[in-house]
Amino acid sequence: MTASAFLSQLLQLGVALLLAPLLAGWVSQCRAWLQNKSAPSLLLPYRTIHKLFIKDAVVAHNASPIFRVAPYIVFGAMCCAAAIVPSLSTGLPFAQAADTIALVGLFALARVFIALAAMDIGTAFGSLGARREMFVGFLAEPALLMVLFTASLISGSTSLPTIVDSLAHRDLAIYPSLAFAGVAFTMVSLAENARIPVDNPATHLELTMIHEAMILEYSARHLALIEWASALKLFNYSCIGIAIFVPFGIAAGSDDWAAILGAAPALAAKLAIGGFVLALIETLSAKMRIFRAPEFLGTAFLLAVLAMLVHLLLGT
Amino acid sequence: MAAGIPFYAQLINLFAAVLLLISFAMLAQRRVLSLIDLFAAQGLALALSTAVVGWGTGQSHLYWSAGVTLTLKVFLLPFLLYRLIRRLDVKWDVEPLINIPTTMLVGIVLVVFAFNLAAPISNLSSTVTRSTLGIAIASVMLSFLMMITRRKAIPQVIGFLAMENGLFFAATSATYGMPMVVELGIALDVLVGMLILGVFFFQIREQFDSLDLKHLEQLREDE
Amino acid sequence: MIEILLVLGIPLAGGIVLALIGERGHAPTVNVATSLLTFLASLALTARVIRDGPLLVLDQQFFVDPFNVFLVALTAFVGFTTSIFSRPYMRIEHEHGKLTPARLRLYHSMYQLFNFTMLVALLTNNMGILWVAMEAATLTTVLLVSLYRTPASLEAAWKYFILCGVGIAQALFGTILLYFAAEKLLGAEGGALLWTELNAVKGGLEPTVLSLAFVFLLVGYGTKVGLVPLHNWLPDAHAEGPTPVSAVLSGLLLNVALYAVVRCKVLVEGAVHNGMAKMLMMGFGLLSVVVAAFLLSRQKDIKRLFAYSSIEHMGIITFAFGMGGPIASYAGLLHMTVHSLTKSAIFFAVGHAAQKTGTQLIDSIRGLVTISPSIGWGLAIGTLAILGMPPFGVFASEFLILTTAMREQPWATPFLLLALGIAFAAVFSKVQPMVFGETTARRLPHRPAMFPVFVHLALVLMLGLWTPPFLADWYRQAARLIG
Repeated sequence: MTASAFLSQLLQLGVALLLAPLLAGWVSQCRAWLQNKSAPSLLLPYRTIHKLFIKDAVVAHNASPIFRVAPYIVFGAMCCAAAIVPSLSTGLPFAQAADTIALVGLFALARVFIALAAMDIGTAFGSLGARREMFVGFLAEPALLMVLFTASLISGSTSLPTIVDSLAHRDLAIYPSLAFAGVAFTMVSLAENARIPVDNPATHLELTMIHEAMILEYSARHLALIEWASALKLFNYSCIGIAIFVPFGIAAGSDDWAAILGAAPALAAKLAIGGFVLALIETLSAKMRIFRAPEFLGTAFLLAVLAMLVHLLLGT
Repeated sequence: MAAGIPFYAQLINLFAAVLLLISFAMLAQRRVLSLIDLFAAQGLALALSTAVVGWGTGQSHLYWSAGVTLTLKVFLLPFLLYRLIRRLDVKWDVEPLINIPTTMLVGIVLVVFAFNLAAPISNLSSTVTRSTLGIAIASVMLSFLMMITRRKAIPQVIGFLAMENGLFFAATSATYGMPMVVELGIALDVLVGMLILGVFFFQIREQFDSLDLKHLEQLREDE
Repeated sequence: MIEILLVLGIPLAGGIVLALIGERGHAPTVNVATSLLTFLASLALTARVIRDGPLLVLDQQFFVDPFNVFLVALTAFVGFTTSIFSRPYMRIEHEHGKLTPARLRLYHSMYQLFNFTMLVALLTNNMGILWVAMEAATLTTVLLVSLYRTPASLEAAWKYFILCGVGIAQALFGTILLYFAAEKLLGAEGGALLWTELNAVKGGLEPTVLSLAFVFLLVGYGTKVGLVPLHNWLPDAHAEGPTPVSAVLSGLLLNVALYAVVRCKVLVEGAVHNGMAKMLMMGFGLLSVVVAAFLLSRQKDIKRLFAYSSIEHMGIITFAFGMGGPIASYAGLLHMTVHSLTKSAIFFAVGHAAQKTGTQLIDSIRGLVTISPSIGWGLAIGTLAILGMPPFGVFASEFLILTTAMREQPWATPFLLLALGIAFAAVFSKVQPMVFGETTARRLPHRPAMFPVFVHLALVLMLGLWTPPFLADWYRQAARLIG
């Protein structure tokens, strides 16, 4: 591993960690604009995290060690994921250790621990949320895998940097399969990031919440880590989407530092647009009943499978 | 990779994919009104792809074919269907479809089957559009599946018309379209068939006060 | 060429005229006159073919060869006699209040257009136009099946429309595949769908594609032939429509659909040499014969009974063409002719009987010879003829088919014999009490129009005893063509 590659890796991880709360703030700001509300500050997520870190943690008496370690594991998994998703350049030495399937595995690991922690305390809401989270995850994962497989089939590799390399540096061509996969990926991202129409990140209405129900028992630094991890998850998903569907502008390799730094504005612009679109989707759609989620995610899975079939048939 | 294929062929592939997507959407759509819109959209994708094939291969008769498709399947038939459901007052009809996911899975299996069925034919074909033949067969089969799963008259008929769309697309993708006189004949048949069905719906409604096909299951094999 | 134009033009013009005046008192006469003129034109065409041999006219779009010439004459003839039959029949239906003038107009117009579509299907050289005409034949008859607007007739018409529509869509796909295979050899200009052109190059057509095409074509047109298991629409449509429509459906439409199958089979046999087309046709044919024979005994409605009998006979003919060879194909063609004549005659008689007794239920119709001797005897003779009693033509053709089957496909013979035996027992035991049973009904005053029935039966009798040399010659040539 060259020093330059190492630096590139560190830079991208740092960017992910620092920008993730900003992206979350941007989405909620767009949402507020679209709904004619006065927007919260763009930096609100940072302040929240900071505030939570300086508070004293309260942990339930009957909490087991799982409850205590879960936030760290979740956060760690998200950091690892951030380390293998190219955001500025494809020079990610760490990515050689883990491909897209491992990426899905990391997300699953985080999900399992947060669900375990939610059940650990034994409150009704925790179990309810855990059950729903696993239900949604169980439906979303195959669809996500199918999307990633489609991209892998097109580029001939399951490693994200390689996918980006081959997709970003091709002749301009229409890929119907990628269009299908893109729609499927959007749907999966909505479900995975606890967004409308599957979940509502801003609600504490017990009948509908999924993600929020699981983390009700957390406070202070634990909650801060989980909030940060959620923001990171959104950031990771956005970067995966950018890497597969609009990879133009991401620098190749880790030697050309001008290109890597030049990729930063492109990334910022793409994230800004992506965040706005997410807010738009959330504003335009209504949250559906939890029992409609299988239909929603089934459609995503269907689209992803179609994308793969279309790719196999048309060769594009 | 797609780099070796000319741009118009990529466009055709895109329209083919859209056609397939719409077929699936029709399979899952419960509302009659949206079904008609989807049917019109499918017609549009068909007309556009026919026109693009004509543009890419210099077969000028395909422009006429695309024009016929556009008039008939994007404007005339949806217009007739709209008028029909307004006059029959079934505009907000919602069909209770059970088990959409299962239907979808069956649909996927059908798509795989269709792609396999088309593979030997596609290999023999020399047209640039040959790879879309599988999609054409798939959308025919999906329309067929839709007809089977529907219990109301109008959705069933839309499925029938969608099947015709798939067949037209098959003709375009495998052979650059049938001779013009045949295409005109088919278009005429479809139009007349639609008009006759319109009359027929009124007869059914007059007789049964509904368009539910469960009334039409009285005749048995051994009576 | 002028003859072909007349054969096609007269019914088309008649259909348009009747669409305008079809409800007037003299419309049935116009209908008969149109059919008569069509018949005369077809006779002129036949005479022309006897004199000059096969024709290929109008930029090759229409043709007459030994295979379709007699079918054209037969179609025009049965169309003519049915129109004679329908004149009093529909008048009485009207008097009974079952039909309004508007529906009568629809009936007359559609009747002529139906004849037109069938003649187009027979005469066209273009496989695409053949498809268009077959679909149009469905469209013209679907509103005739639902003419009475009863729940059952609406259901029958809906089934007819949807099943035949889906079926015929398969045939369209088959036609596309055929065109796809032919286009490589003949180029994209219109020639690639012309049957004569295809027949000339059939040896070079891609076998894989043609095999697949034939499956779709057989399923598609086979639905209209009424082959089991695609036959569901047929008994309903026959039983619920007006009797003249049942007569032309059974006597003509099934023939024309089978004609389309056989035209396709000729091409496929030329390209694919593994006997797949033969096996498929024999299989479907045999299945139809057996299933229809077993279902015959369970029928309670007289028109449904004879509809199942039509399925059975179509199965026999399909089996015969599937077997192939000069004798079996000859017998198949003969059977097409005599079945068409006999079955329409039976429907005429049944129609009168049902009209006089006011019911179609077999158990409620008794003692027809007492009520009206001509109807009773007409039905009795017709039934004997269709069941294959000598000396009628059906006997001759079935005998030829059976003997060929014993020699070439011995495995199939027991099934055929069994099915024919069951069919005989079923139909005979049902029709016998209808004709000769006890009845309390009074003799009816007016005499039925039985002229078409006896003309048909006389022709069938003649074909059983003696085939005109030119007809036999056509059969032989057509059989050679079919292979």
